[in-house]
Amino acid sequence: MIWGVLQFPGSCDERDALHACSLLGEARLVWHEERDLDGVGGVVVPGGFSYGDYLRAGAIARFSPAMEAVAELAAAGGPVLGICNGFQVLCEAGLLPGALLLNESMRFVCRQLDLVGDGGERLSIPAKHGEGRYYAPDEVLDGLEANGQVAYRYAPGQNPNGSARDIAGVRNEAGNVVGLMPHPEHAVDPLTGSTDGLRVFEAVAAAGAPA
Amino acid sequence: MPRARVLIRPKEGILDPQGKAVERALPALGFEGIEHVHVGRMVELEAEDPERLAELCEKLLANPLIEDYEIQTL
Repeated sequence: MIWGVLQFPGSCDERDALHACSLLGEARLVWHEERDLDGVGGVVVPGGFSYGDYLRAGAIARFSPAMEAVAELAAAGGPVLGICNGFQVLCEAGLLPGALLLNESMRFVCRQLDLVGDGGERLSIPAKHGEGRYYAPDEVLDGLEANGQVAYRYAPGQNPNGSARDIAGVRNEAGNVVGLMPHPEHAVDPLTGSTDGLRVFEAVAAAGAPA
Repeated sequence: MPRARVLIRPKEGILDPQGKAVERALPALGFEGIEHVHVGRMVELEAEDPERLAELCEKLLANPLIEDYEIQTL
């Protein structure tokens, strides 16, 4: 499968995401004005500050031509992974439930932390964000938990931003669209201390049917 | 063209750390007796068809899940 990594004006983690994808298969960047994904079977919406985070993080990026194509891919069951700002974009686009709010502490957080996947796996992955507090109304959160849509939680005591129910990442109902605030693409090489991030990419690839 | 102002604020009940930070800073500046501070956004615009502003707010200016909005035509 060919991975496409979106690139918006203001993206800043697309190179690391591209590197992570290239460890799993073929990968290329997709400029935000590209309307045709042209053979891309899975997409990563990377971190950064798309369109300067103007208005709200992710609010403008969701209207880009490339995001229309991503919505089509997602509807067809293709794997889509949103990381940090990419998670915010997917929430704004309605591809994932909920929203990301300013950290409870008002501080930008940048640290290595542990995530627990819903299969019980523990992953050491860095987080770096100022607006990562996952929010959804209680009835939505109950639904996510009941449907197995909470993909990752911060390990007990490590919630860095006040996210509801320690939620670090969620998936859509079909399971092929996943978003999380921490950065698996920064944890794919032993040189940076952990390769656990690769397991996030692998899980998303396995959850989606490549187009 | 008709002018309008859109006020966007965090929904009641959602923690607003910006409002809290402002509120906490006030006593140090000698402002007592101010509470329930909330920080939002204001968008000023001119619209040919003000009837469509609500749709604009729902789709872009506000995120209805976390924010309330108020349209004032001027």
